[in-house]
Amino acid sequence: MKTALSGNEAVAYAMKQINPDVMGAFPITPSTEIPEYFAQYVADGVVTTEFVTTESEHSSMSVCIAASAAGARSVCATSSCGLALMHEMLYVAASSRLPIVLACVNRALSGPININNDHSDSMGSRDAGWIQIYAENNQEAYDNFIMSFLIGETPQVRLPVMACMDGFITSHAVENIELLDTEVVQGFVGTYEPEHYLLKKENPLAVGPYDLSAFYMEHKVMQAEAIRASKARILQVAENLAAISGRHYGLIECHQMEDAELALVLIGSSAGTAKASVDELRQMGQKVGLVKVRVFRPFPAEELAEALYHTKAVAVLDKAESFSGCGGPLFAETRSALYDLPQRPQLINLVYGLGGRDFTTESARSVFERLAQIAETGETGPRYAHMGQRTRGSAT
Amino acid sequence: MANKTMVEIRWHGRGGQGAKMACLLLAEVAGQVGKFVQGFPEYGPERMGAPITAYNRISDTRCPVHSNIYTPDYVVVLDETLLDSVDVTHGLRDGGAIIVNTPSSGEVIRPKLRGYTGALYTLDARHLSEEILGRNFPNTALLAAVVKVSGVLELEAFLEHIEASFRKKFATKPQVIAGNLEILRKASEEVMQG
Repeated sequence: MKTALSGNEAVAYAMKQINPDVMGAFPITPSTEIPEYFAQYVADGVVTTEFVTTESEHSSMSVCIAASAAGARSVCATSSCGLALMHEMLYVAASSRLPIVLACVNRALSGPININNDHSDSMGSRDAGWIQIYAENNQEAYDNFIMSFLIGETPQVRLPVMACMDGFITSHAVENIELLDTEVVQGFVGTYEPEHYLLKKENPLAVGPYDLSAFYMEHKVMQAEAIRASKARILQVAENLAAISGRHYGLIECHQMEDAELALVLIGSSAGTAKASVDELRQMGQKVGLVKVRVFRPFPAEELAEALYHTKAVAVLDKAESFSGCGGPLFAETRSALYDLPQRPQLINLVYGLGGRDFTTESARSVFERLAQIAETGETGPRYAHMGQRTRGSAT
Repeated sequence: MANKTMVEIRWHGRGGQGAKMACLLLAEVAGQVGKFVQGFPEYGPERMGAPITAYNRISDTRCPVHSNIYTPDYVVVLDETLLDSVDVTHGLRDGGAIIVNTPSSGEVIRPKLRGYTGALYTLDARHLSEEILGRNFPNTALLAAVVKVSGVLELEAFLEHIEASFRKKFATKPQVIAGNLEILRKASEEVMQG
């Protein structure tokens, strides 16, 4: 069905179509609309989900963990400080191998307090052991959310999945979207039938017991193997979705990269804006392109190396500051991914868009101008900088 | 970044006046009549009365750009008092127009537009709303005005499709649907160039 929905409404609608067993719910801007819309579905009786309102995000994630351990398909939605408050429980979910699906509507973290978009919240959770998929627009937010169940629940993976979209920019923007029929979605995600769960009387088990040094490391290695295995599973599920929707997704998306000499690497809605700049510069004969990172965990290192090895200069754009003093998280991992190449492009990092600072087609063009200079002169200048800074002391 | 077939609209209002709702409604209806659309609000401090901005892009192909709109084709001002504090015509393209909710004439409003010389339309949306609904909701009247002035959608098709959106939007208060439809029709007749 073709219609127009906001990103939040699209994800809530996907949840309705999937009809999960349990939702742990606590509101926070800009994800609040997801539990709001879903609560209406519950009240209208169009889903059979146990909707558990809690007193905090720590508890909403705890509800999902308990329900998932008991064998229930569990979902959650949050943003920003809410995700930060879940931090402890994110690790419990991943290490207990519980395939919870969380809609993360990306928002800046305090302080200073700010409700607008950047990726600080989910980047802060990047080492928690969750699969992370990022959407460019409402269509991807919907499709990624539906695919997340099949990715996380498969026995060789068994990991929770964070399906991320940009707060306000995607969550609150009404755009055209193609929805799948509910029967198609239900056939696609199937029934969740875990092999092991707390309430299985034939094989009772404990979840989350104390793990001594004799086995703790083996369990961590199994988790690391599972996230590696998820790469193939993500691609397989994407192929299955393409068969029913005609929409194709990879770990990364390459736009005009075949013969590109200058390239951007970035995540989320800004990739759409930058595509418009790439197309415009292509019409002027410039060999430019971009790589959109859709899946950040597992990190698509080999795929990025393959996409970028033939370029001359690359700018990695980070919508999060990790305070390493030498670049953002996407830059650190992209640079690491290129290290083993015999010949590498020049690489720079720009941190941009923090707390909702707008990223425009002009912003993208200005980065390509700088890359063109780097390719021509071989001089990178500062490798790590912040985009569009006011002059110190300026109030306007 | 606008392609030639794209219309970009910027809404200026105050929190609580329904600029966001009008913007999203326009996106929804334009989507129903087969256009590619974007409708999105820009939030500042979340409080009643604070200035807010909302945006629409409407075109024949999907627009990948997700930035705010800096060079709109049309500007809609829901609250006349914003003219003192916000540079509402900033970036407004040549050949475009501004529509202001005011009981005053264009001659009275134009001096407040900081040297703007382009097309100006006025509509007393408050009066229309108070007359028909008994309360001041200027948004639907201005929605009809911008559709009429911009020609972005065929007016009759717009009026036909919006009724379904109203039924969804006002599911809990269906008594206001007829009034809002009347406001739309009257507004499209009463909006005038000045």
